[in-house]
Amino acid sequence: MIKRGVFLFLFLSASPVFAGDEKPPMLAHPYVLVTMLLMIAILYTYLLTAKKGKLPFIRTLPGLKAIDEAIGRATELGKPVLYLSGLGDVDNIQTLAALSILSHVAKKAAEYDTPLIMPSMYSVTMVTAQEVIKEAHLRAGRPDTYNPDNVYYVSDEQFAFVAHTNGVMERMRPAANIYMGAYFGESLILAETGHATGAIQIAGTAETSQLPFFVVACDYCLIGEELYAASAYLSQDAKQMGSIKAQDVVRLIVLGFILVGSILETVNLPHYADFFQKVLGGG
Amino acid sequence: MSHDLGVWVAALLTLAALSFLYKDNLFYRIAENIFVGVSSAWVFATNIHSDLIDDMLLKAFPHAFHQPGPPDLKPLWGGLIGLLILSRLIPGWTSLSRWGIAFVVGFQTGIQLFGAIVGNVLLQLNSTIVPLFVPRNLSATLRNGLGTLGTFTSLSYFYFSREQKGWFGVVTRLGVWFLMISFGAAYGSTVMTRMSILIGRLQFLLSTWLGVIHT
Repeated sequence: MIKRGVFLFLFLSASPVFAGDEKPPMLAHPYVLVTMLLMIAILYTYLLTAKKGKLPFIRTLPGLKAIDEAIGRATELGKPVLYLSGLGDVDNIQTLAALSILSHVAKKAAEYDTPLIMPSMYSVTMVTAQEVIKEAHLRAGRPDTYNPDNVYYVSDEQFAFVAHTNGVMERMRPAANIYMGAYFGESLILAETGHATGAIQIAGTAETSQLPFFVVACDYCLIGEELYAASAYLSQDAKQMGSIKAQDVVRLIVLGFILVGSILETVNLPHYADFFQKVLGGG
Repeated sequence: MSHDLGVWVAALLTLAALSFLYKDNLFYRIAENIFVGVSSAWVFATNIHSDLIDDMLLKAFPHAFHQPGPPDLKPLWGGLIGLLILSRLIPGWTSLSRWGIAFVVGFQTGIQLFGAIVGNVLLQLNSTIVPLFVPRNLSATLRNGLGTLGTFTSLSYFYFSREQKGWFGVVTRLGVWFLMISFGAAYGSTVMTRMSILIGRLQFLLSTWLGVIHT
């Protein structure tokens, strides 16, 4: 998370590269370097503050509360929980956030002794998820209930994976379907099938093109950045919490850029407006 | 009606897949398992051929494959990382697999961040800075104003360090409205795309397979 914030400003400064500027962008535009260093300072300030034990406040997300309710419902009904980490491999930042949330879900499911089923589209994701779930069972004090066969590889082909997962939903009738991570053309197919089986559905993705389908077909939906915030909130990890706070500060600064830049454009001060355009990638 | 075996297989599997609309059944399970099995085998074969043989072994040991050129041992690093991941199959060596996974995660995340931030952040921000008032052009003024207001309030919704109450709650609720309107537009657009896919499939069944209609 912290890297995302750092890279944001690194790439802000690197933007002239796309305009064909061969000079190192930070040397060509020293004001960008100053901005970047300022932002790195913000990130590390909050990171260090969080590491010292002063965790920043992150507002609660309704979708997160629903996760515990959904697992509880599955336990009452004696049915499994289905968890999908999306169609991204572990190189996808959304998959990493999904695996972080999986840790919480798996621990809760282990405490309630509820089976957690997780078909996976990628072998490395499967292996990582197995490690996460195994560790969650250990933390829950229930290592004996960990079943590695519940986390399994299906296929690298998108719709073969979806065909199988839909079949699992129909046959096993999970009481809760949790979709976190990156989804593409299959989001509505999965969510509609889950809806038809009567499961509680909670989704979270940063794929803006797929959010409408999850919003429509799921009971709760984590929208965009909420996926990453959820990951930090659930883990209560100092690094993640600190980086979320730093990202909020960065977000405020970006909002300020938009506001000031737009006002300068409006009052027709092209020189100053051009400054903002350059900083934001206009070259 | 088609006399092509491939068309018949494709048509029957299409019908088997569509039968899921009624409920889970034997035909759907057959189609599902064929799909999963064939695609997994195809991916496996492709990976063996392109990644293992073409990209690694052929470059590292060209003479063993009767190829000209000096050996390039760099691709073997990739093979080593792959072996590290596979080490979890050997009891007692499981922890080694984490090194391989850590490398894949760290390296690929670093690479992908570049494109993601440029595409999702920089260019978006660049497009957002627009004049809020365009003289003698009401539509441009409205478009720019709504765009800036929508961006501003929507971004505020993703500010996590404060509860969404009071004036801030009003701003974020407005942001949610903007988000939902954009989701609605995207939903309608995608439904149209899906309709065209369905029409394409029906054309295949009715035209290519049965020959009932001519397109």
